[in-house]
Amino acid sequence: MISAISFGIGILLLALALWTVVVRDTFAAVAGFIPYGLLLTLAWLVLRAVDVALTEAAIGAGLTGALLINAASRLHVTEAAARAETPGLALRLAAGAASAAVTVVIAVCLLHLPEPAPTLAPDVARHIASTGVGNPITAVLLSFRAIDTLLEAIALLFGVVGVWSLAADRNWGGRPGFAQIVNPNDILVYLARVLPPIGVVIGIYIFWVGADHPGGKFQGATVIAAMWLLVMMSGLREAPAVSQRWLRVVLILGPAIFIVLGLLGAFMAGAFLAYPDGWAKPWIVVIEAALLPSLAVTLVLLLVGPPLRPEVHT
Amino acid sequence: MKTAADVFTIVAMLAGIFFFVAGTVGLLRFPDTYTRLHALTKADNLGLGLVVLGLLPQAGHLVVALKLIVVWLLVMLTSADVSQLIARAARRQETRP
Repeated sequence: MISAISFGIGILLLALALWTVVVRDTFAAVAGFIPYGLLLTLAWLVLRAVDVALTEAAIGAGLTGALLINAASRLHVTEAAARAETPGLALRLAAGAASAAVTVVIAVCLLHLPEPAPTLAPDVARHIASTGVGNPITAVLLSFRAIDTLLEAIALLFGVVGVWSLAADRNWGGRPGFAQIVNPNDILVYLARVLPPIGVVIGIYIFWVGADHPGGKFQGATVIAAMWLLVMMSGLREAPAVSQRWLRVVLILGPAIFIVLGLLGAFMAGAFLAYPDGWAKPWIVVIEAALLPSLAVTLVLLLVGPPLRPEVHT
Repeated sequence: MKTAADVFTIVAMLAGIFFFVAGTVGLLRFPDTYTRLHALTKADNLGLGLVVLGLLPQAGHLVVALKLIVVWLLVMLTSADVSQLIARAARRQETRP
């Protein structure tokens, strides 16, 4: 039964991947990419990797999908011109050969994986008690491989800096996106009033259960970010001006606290990002709680794009 | 008791799947955006509702059952709103000269 489901998901995944690559229209490709991400979520569920499935649904399909839809609508103007420029036969052959070579290398690697595959899972299971959390994924992300998570959060910050650097000089410090003018009786306004209270609770819940069950700050932050975006899209609240002090503080709060606690660990436990004995759980909770708002704001700023309107001082 | 619950689950899930299939057929076969949306809401509301109803006896814990119901309610809320938004976008495109 499970193998029939796996087989079906595999076929659909391959078909959607092919469609996404082959189709000429950018929007159609994006429309293929989003269900591709959702199917990938199902594939992770079949493999019982619920944490990965949650992240794929939130970040892979949801957030990336929204980013790509944005990009596709911006590319719409130049799409016809871009399509008219067909590359020469030699270039296309070279691209095909390069893709085939990569595929062959990956296939060979997969076929020569040692049996059983090398795993650190028994080590994690042996030492998880020392972290105080019950979910092995959280233990790995916030304790055994905390440095990866720290660098990930910082990489996202650089992403925001990259997006902001696209702003024109006269708009610098202003608000991202265009002003939304929405009828106050609009259905979007209704949704933006009803959904965010529920969504914020669900986001915090996902973050909180991450200690012992599938979930965590990333997935929770995505839900909260989506709620804020909904409020902005409905025109109930404007996007914040990027020069706002509080915005900058929230952005760096998570990584900063992460680094400070990491340095404290160097003095108290002998290594950067090491947790003193018996303090692992509270430190992890503090780091995660600080990262949650930072990540939510980061994701929102990535999606709303560079500032497009100068800030008007009244 | 266990068998009765299982039979209930199977019947409700099959009914839910029927609405999902009907909704999908409608999505593929109906001629315009509005009728396609109409087909879609059958899958979202009735199909998912019946699937959730069928899963309730298997939930094992009251909290799990409540979560399932919340999922259904949230999907109903958002799908109703989103289908309005899509329908309005389609209507705007129509009237554009």
